[in-house]
Amino acid sequence: MEIINTKVATLSNFEVMNHLQNVKEGKKRNKGQLATITYETLRYLESTPCKHQTPESIENCLKALKHYNLTKNEKLMLINTPPITPLEIQLMVEESEERLTEEQVEEILQIITEHFPHVRKIEAEVEEEVEGT
Amino acid sequence: MFILTEMKNVIRIPPEYFHIKLNYAIADELNKKLANKVMLNVGLCIALFDITNIKESYILPGDEASHTGVTFRYIVFRPFIEEILLGKIRSCSQEGVHISLGFFDDILIPPTALQHPSRFDETEQAWVWQYDMGDGNKHDLFMDAGESIRFKVTAEVFQETCPSGPALSETRDSIEAKVPYLIKGSINEPGLGLLSWWNN
Repeated sequence: MEIINTKVATLSNFEVMNHLQNVKEGKKRNKGQLATITYETLRYLESTPCKHQTPESIENCLKALKHYNLTKNEKLMLINTPPITPLEIQLMVEESEERLTEEQVEEILQIITEHFPHVRKIEAEVEEEVEGT
Repeated sequence: MFILTEMKNVIRIPPEYFHIKLNYAIADELNKKLANKVMLNVGLCIALFDITNIKESYILPGDEASHTGVTFRYIVFRPFIEEILLGKIRSCSQEGVHISLGFFDDILIPPTALQHPSRFDETEQAWVWQYDMGDGNKHDLFMDAGESIRFKVTAEVFQETCPSGPALSETRDSIEAKVPYLIKGSINEPGLGLLSWWNN
Protein backbone atom coordinates (compact mmCIF):
# COMPACT_ATOMS: atom_id res chain seq x y z
CA MET A 1 0.00 0.00 0.00
CA GLU A 2 1.54 3.25 -1.08
CA ILE A 3 0.24 6.48 0.38
CA ILE A 4 0.17 9.30 -2.15
CA ASN A 5 -1.46 11.94 0.01
CA THR A 6 -2.52 11.43 3.62
CA LYS A 7 -5.03 14.24 3.56
CA VAL A 8 -6.54 15.01 0.18
CA ALA A 9 -9.60 16.55 1.77
CA THR A 10 -11.53 16.83 5.01
CA LEU A 11 -15.01 15.36 5.12
CA SER A 12 -17.85 16.59 7.26
CA ASN A 13 -19.69 14.08 9.40
CA PHE A 14 -22.70 14.47 7.16
CA GLU A 15 -20.76 13.46 4.05
CA VAL A 16 -19.36 10.39 5.77
CA MET A 17 -22.79 9.41 7.04
CA ASN A 18 -24.30 9.82 3.59
CA HIS A 19 -21.58 7.72 1.99
CA LEU A 20 -21.80 4.96 4.58
CA GLN A 21 -25.57 4.79 4.22
CA ASN A 22 -25.05 4.17 0.51
CA VAL A 23 -22.43 1.52 1.25
CA LYS A 24 -24.82 -0.20 3.63
CA GLU A 25 -27.79 -0.17 1.27
CA GLY A 26 -25.99 -0.66 -2.00
CA LYS A 27 -24.47 -4.05 -1.46
CA LYS A 28 -25.86 -7.01 0.35
CA ARG A 29 -22.65 -8.99 0.21
CA ASN A 30 -20.90 -6.65 2.63
CA LYS A 31 -19.34 -8.73 5.30
CA GLY A 32 -16.62 -8.88 7.89
CA GLN A 33 -14.81 -5.75 8.96
CA LEU A 34 -16.53 -3.41 6.50
CA ALA A 35 -19.95 -4.35 7.83
CA THR A 36 -18.75 -3.89 11.42
CA ILE A 37 -17.15 -0.50 10.96
CA THR A 38 -20.01 0.79 8.78
CA TYR A 39 -22.56 -0.23 11.38
CA GLU A 40 -20.63 1.23 14.32
CA THR A 41 -19.74 4.48 12.59
CA LEU A 42 -23.30 4.99 11.35
CA ARG A 43 -24.65 4.35 14.83
CA TYR A 44 -22.37 7.08 16.18
CA LEU A 45 -23.08 9.57 13.38
CA GLU A 46 -26.83 9.03 13.47
CA SER A 47 -26.84 9.97 17.14
CA THR A 48 -25.31 13.38 16.29
CA PRO A 49 -27.07 16.43 14.81
CA CYS A 50 -25.74 15.59 11.35
CA LYS A 51 -28.58 13.09 11.01
CA HIS A 52 -31.00 15.89 10.14
CA GLN A 53 -28.67 17.99 8.02
CA THR A 54 -29.04 18.33 4.26
CA PRO A 55 -26.50 19.41 1.64
CA GLU A 56 -28.54 22.61 1.19
CA SER A 57 -28.71 23.51 4.87
CA ILE A 58 -24.94 23.02 5.24
CA GLU A 59 -24.17 25.06 2.14
CA ASN A 60 -26.45 27.91 3.17
CA CYS A 61 -25.06 27.91 6.68
CA LEU A 62 -21.49 28.11 5.37
CA LYS A 63 -22.45 30.99 3.11
CA ALA A 64 -23.92 32.83 6.07
CA LEU A 65 -20.77 32.21 8.13
CA LYS A 66 -18.51 33.59 5.42
CA HIS A 67 -18.08 37.06 6.91
CA TYR A 68 -16.76 36.02 10.29
CA ASN A 69 -13.23 35.20 9.20
CA LEU A 70 -13.30 31.68 10.59
CA THR A 71 -10.80 29.00 9.59
CA LYS A 72 -11.83 25.89 7.68
CA ASN A 73 -11.44 23.67 10.74
CA GLU A 74 -13.50 26.01 12.89
CA LYS A 75 -16.32 26.01 10.37
CA LEU A 76 -16.08 22.21 10.14
CA MET A 77 -16.61 21.93 13.89
CA LEU A 78 -19.52 24.39 13.78
CA ILE A 79 -21.17 22.12 11.20
CA ASN A 80 -20.27 18.78 12.82
CA THR A 81 -21.25 19.77 16.34
CA PRO A 82 -23.53 22.82 16.00
CA PRO A 83 -23.14 24.95 19.14
CA ILE A 84 -26.10 26.37 21.05
CA THR A 85 -24.28 28.31 23.74
CA PRO A 86 -21.59 31.06 23.56
CA LEU A 87 -19.40 28.78 25.69
CA GLU A 88 -19.28 26.17 22.93
CA ILE A 89 -18.25 28.79 20.37
CA GLN A 90 -15.48 29.85 22.71
CA LEU A 91 -14.20 26.26 22.66
CA MET A 92 -14.36 25.83 18.91
CA VAL A 93 -13.05 29.22 17.82
CA GLU A 94 -9.53 29.94 18.97
CA GLU A 95 -9.11 33.26 20.80
CA SER A 96 -12.75 33.97 20.11
CA GLU A 97 -12.82 36.78 22.69
CA GLU A 98 -10.43 38.80 20.58
CA ARG A 99 -11.64 37.76 17.16
CA LEU A 100 -15.38 37.99 17.70
CA THR A 101 -17.50 40.52 19.49
CA GLU A 102 -20.33 39.40 21.75
CA GLU A 103 -22.82 40.47 19.09
CA GLN A 104 -21.04 38.39 16.48
CA VAL A 105 -21.13 35.31 18.72
CA GLU A 106 -24.88 35.83 19.11
CA GLU A 107 -25.22 36.23 15.35
CA ILE A 108 -23.36 32.96 14.72
CA LEU A 109 -25.63 31.16 17.19
CA GLN A 110 -28.60 32.69 15.36
CA ILE A 111 -27.29 31.44 12.02
CA ILE A 112 -26.75 27.94 13.38
CA THR A 113 -30.27 27.73 14.84
CA GLU A 114 -31.74 29.13 11.67
CA HIS A 115 -30.14 26.50 9.45
CA PHE A 116 -30.18 23.56 11.84
CA PRO A 117 -33.35 24.12 13.87
CA HIS A 118 -33.32 20.49 15.03
CA VAL A 119 -30.25 21.08 17.23
CA ARG A 120 -32.27 22.92 19.85
CA LYS A 121 -35.06 20.37 19.68
CA ILE A 122 -32.61 17.55 20.40
CA GLU A 123 -31.28 19.50 23.35
CA ALA A 124 -34.80 20.02 24.66
CA GLU A 125 -35.58 16.33 24.36
CA VAL A 126 -32.45 15.41 26.28
CA GLU A 127 -33.38 17.82 29.04
CA GLU A 128 -36.88 16.41 29.24
CA GLU A 129 -35.47 12.93 29.54
CA VAL A 130 -33.17 14.02 32.35
CA GLU A 131 -36.05 15.68 34.17
CA GLY A 132 -38.32 12.72 33.58
CA THR A 133 -36.01 10.18 35.16
CA MET B 1 -12.98 14.13 12.24
CA PHE B 2 -12.83 12.30 8.94
CA ILE B 3 -10.40 12.82 6.08
CA LEU B 4 -9.83 11.39 2.63
CA THR B 5 -6.52 9.65 2.01
CA GLU B 6 -5.25 8.94 -1.49
CA MET B 7 -3.44 5.62 -1.89
CA LYS B 8 -2.04 3.41 -4.60
CA ASN B 9 -1.79 -0.37 -4.65
CA VAL B 10 -1.69 -3.41 -6.91
CA ILE B 11 -4.77 -5.50 -6.26
CA ARG B 12 -4.81 -9.24 -6.83
CA ILE B 13 -8.17 -10.58 -8.02
CA PRO B 14 -8.45 -14.37 -7.75
CA PRO B 15 -10.32 -16.18 -10.59
CA GLU B 16 -13.39 -16.88 -8.45
CA TYR B 17 -14.18 -13.15 -8.67
CA PHE B 18 -13.73 -12.90 -12.44
CA HIS B 19 -17.49 -12.97 -12.98
CA ILE B 20 -17.85 -9.72 -11.02
CA LYS B 21 -17.23 -6.39 -12.77
CA LEU B 22 -13.59 -5.39 -12.27
CA ASN B 23 -14.27 -2.15 -10.39
CA TYR B 24 -16.63 -3.89 -7.96
CA ALA B 25 -14.13 -6.71 -7.41
CA ILE B 26 -11.39 -4.13 -6.71
CA ALA B 27 -13.65 -2.20 -4.32
CA ASP B 28 -14.41 -5.41 -2.42
CA GLU B 29 -10.75 -6.34 -2.17
CA LEU B 30 -9.78 -2.87 -0.94
CA ASN B 31 -12.46 -2.92 1.72
CA LYS B 32 -11.42 -6.42 2.78
CA LYS B 33 -7.85 -5.22 3.14
CA LEU B 34 -8.41 -1.88 4.86
CA ALA B 35 -11.81 -1.52 6.54
CA ASN B 36 -11.56 -1.15 10.33
CA LYS B 37 -7.74 -1.22 10.28
CA VAL B 38 -5.39 1.40 11.64
CA MET B 39 -2.78 2.52 9.19
CA LEU B 40 0.45 3.84 10.68
CA ASN B 41 0.51 7.66 10.68
CA VAL B 42 -2.70 7.78 8.66
CA GLY B 43 -5.56 6.82 10.97
CA LEU B 44 -8.42 4.35 11.26
CA CYS B 45 -9.63 3.27 7.80
CA ILE B 46 -13.42 3.29 7.51
CA ALA B 47 -14.58 2.60 3.95
CA LEU B 48 -13.59 3.10 0.31
CA PHE B 49 -14.66 6.51 -1.00
CA ASP B 50 -13.88 6.16 -4.70
CA ILE B 51 -11.43 4.68 -7.18
CA THR B 52 -9.71 7.41 -9.16
CA ASN B 53 -7.63 5.36 -11.60
CA ILE B 54 -7.49 1.74 -12.77
CA LYS B 55 -4.48 0.70 -14.80
CA GLU B 56 -4.15 -2.29 -17.10
CA SER B 57 -4.49 -5.71 -15.50
CA TYR B 58 -1.81 -8.34 -16.00
CA ILE B 59 -1.17 -11.96 -15.12
CA LEU B 60 2.07 -13.14 -13.54
CA PRO B 61 3.64 -16.48 -14.49
CA GLY B 62 2.58 -19.19 -12.08
CA ASP B 63 -0.29 -17.18 -10.58
CA GLU B 64 -3.83 -17.61 -11.85
CA ALA B 65 -5.04 -14.28 -10.48
CA SER B 66 -5.09 -10.94 -12.27
CA HIS B 67 -3.16 -7.98 -10.89
CA THR B 68 -4.36 -4.43 -11.32
CA GLY B 69 -2.73 -1.19 -10.28
CA VAL B 70 -5.28 1.19 -8.76
CA THR B 71 -5.34 4.66 -7.25
CA PHE B 72 -8.16 5.27 -4.82
CA ARG B 73 -9.40 7.47 -2.00
CA TYR B 74 -10.34 6.04 1.38
CA ILE B 75 -12.36 7.55 4.24
CA VAL B 76 -10.13 7.69 7.31
CA PHE B 77 -10.94 8.64 10.91
CA ARG B 78 -8.26 11.11 11.96
CA PRO B 79 -9.41 14.03 14.10
CA PHE B 80 -7.12 17.04 13.98
CA ILE B 81 -5.33 18.33 17.07
CA GLU B 82 -7.56 20.78 18.98
CA GLU B 83 -10.74 19.28 17.50
CA ILE B 84 -13.69 19.12 19.88
CA LEU B 85 -15.38 15.71 19.86
CA LEU B 86 -18.31 14.08 21.61
CA GLY B 87 -18.02 10.58 23.03
CA LYS B 88 -19.15 8.30 25.83
CA ILE B 89 -17.16 7.32 28.91
CA ARG B 90 -16.13 3.68 28.56
CA SER B 91 -14.43 3.30 31.93
CA CYS B 92 -12.25 5.05 34.47
CA SER B 93 -8.93 3.83 35.82
CA GLN B 94 -5.84 5.18 37.56
CA GLU B 95 -4.49 6.05 34.10
CA GLY B 96 -7.39 8.38 33.43
CA VAL B 97 -10.76 8.38 31.70
CA HIS B 98 -11.25 6.05 28.73
CA ILE B 99 -13.63 7.29 26.05
CA SER B 100 -15.34 5.48 23.21
CA LEU B 101 -16.94 6.81 20.03
CA GLY B 102 -18.62 3.47 19.35
CA PHE B 103 -16.37 2.67 16.39
CA PHE B 104 -13.14 3.84 18.01
CA ASP B 105 -12.19 3.03 21.60
CA ASP B 106 -8.61 4.12 22.16
CA ILE B 107 -9.13 7.59 23.58
CA LEU B 108 -7.63 8.51 26.94
CA ILE B 109 -7.92 11.60 29.08
CA PRO B 110 -4.90 11.44 31.39
CA PRO B 111 -5.40 12.58 35.03
CA THR B 112 -3.40 15.78 34.43
CA ALA B 113 -5.86 16.83 31.70
CA LEU B 114 -8.98 16.47 33.86
CA GLN B 115 -10.76 19.39 35.51
CA HIS B 116 -8.81 20.60 38.51
CA PRO B 117 -9.02 19.36 41.26
CA SER B 118 -10.04 15.79 40.44
CA ARG B 119 -9.53 12.57 42.38
CA PHE B 120 -9.99 8.90 41.62
CA ASP B 121 -12.66 7.18 43.71
CA GLU B 122 -11.50 3.60 44.31
CA THR B 123 -14.86 2.26 45.54
CA GLU B 124 -16.87 3.74 42.68
CA GLN B 125 -14.04 3.25 40.16
CA ALA B 126 -14.71 6.68 38.77
CA TRP B 127 -12.96 10.02 38.52
CA VAL B 128 -14.54 12.82 40.50
CA TRP B 129 -14.31 16.52 39.83
CA GLN B 130 -14.30 18.29 43.21
CA TYR B 131 -16.15 21.35 42.10
CA ASP B 132 -15.63 24.36 44.32
CA MET B 133 -19.03 25.88 45.11
CA GLY B 134 -17.40 29.18 46.02
CA ASP B 135 -18.57 29.11 49.64
CA GLY B 136 -15.86 26.76 50.88
CA ASN B 137 -17.99 23.69 50.17
CA LYS B 138 -17.08 21.17 47.54
CA HIS B 139 -19.48 19.38 45.29
CA ASP B 140 -18.43 15.98 43.91
CA LEU B 141 -19.14 15.53 40.21
CA PHE B 142 -18.76 11.87 39.27
CA MET B 143 -17.68 10.73 35.84
CA ASP B 144 -19.64 7.51 35.44
CA ALA B 145 -19.33 5.06 32.57
CA GLY B 146 -21.86 5.60 29.80
CA GLU B 147 -22.12 9.39 30.25
CA SER B 148 -21.74 11.67 27.21
CA ILE B 149 -18.58 13.71 27.34
CA ARG B 150 -17.12 16.54 25.28
CA PHE B 151 -13.33 16.65 24.97
CA LYS B 152 -10.54 18.26 23.02
CA VAL B 153 -8.00 16.22 21.07
CA THR B 154 -4.52 17.14 22.30
CA ALA B 155 -2.19 14.43 20.96
CA GLU B 156 -2.08 11.31 18.82
CA VAL B 157 0.28 8.34 19.25
CA PHE B 158 0.83 5.83 16.47
CA GLN B 159 2.60 2.58 17.25
CA GLU B 160 3.92 -0.14 15.01
CA THR B 161 2.13 -3.33 16.03
CA CYS B 162 3.52 -5.72 13.44
CA PRO B 163 5.11 -8.80 14.95
CA SER B 164 8.84 -8.11 14.89
CA GLY B 165 10.01 -11.67 15.47
CA PRO B 166 9.57 -14.27 18.17
CA ALA B 167 8.66 -12.48 21.36
CA LEU B 168 10.52 -13.33 24.54
CA SER B 169 8.25 -14.49 27.32
CA GLU B 170 8.92 -11.53 29.59
CA THR B 171 8.15 -8.96 26.90
CA ARG B 172 4.92 -10.55 25.72
CA ASP B 173 2.74 -8.46 28.01
CA SER B 174 3.97 -5.21 26.60
CA ILE B 175 3.36 -6.39 23.05
CA GLU B 176 -0.23 -7.39 23.76
CA ALA B 177 -0.91 -4.03 25.35
CA LYS B 178 0.23 -2.11 22.28
CA VAL B 179 -2.35 0.26 20.87
CA PRO B 180 -1.86 1.11 17.19
CA TYR B 181 -3.54 4.52 17.36
CA LEU B 182 -4.14 6.29 20.65
CA ILE B 183 -5.81 9.67 20.92
CA LYS B 184 -5.10 11.76 23.99
CA GLY B 185 -7.62 14.35 25.01
CA SER B 186 -8.21 16.96 27.65
CA ILE B 187 -11.28 18.32 29.46
CA ASN B 188 -9.65 20.96 31.65
CA GLU B 189 -11.38 23.96 30.11
CA PRO B 190 -14.80 25.48 30.74
CA GLY B 191 -17.39 23.76 28.55
CA LEU B 192 -15.51 20.48 28.35
CA GLY B 193 -16.40 17.36 30.27
CA LEU B 194 -19.77 15.73 30.89
CA LEU B 195 -22.56 17.41 28.92
CA SER B 196 -24.74 17.50 32.04
CA TRP B 197 -22.18 19.73 33.83
CA TRP B 198 -22.80 22.61 31.44
CA ASN B 199 -26.50 22.26 30.71
CA ASN B 200 -27.59 25.25 32.73
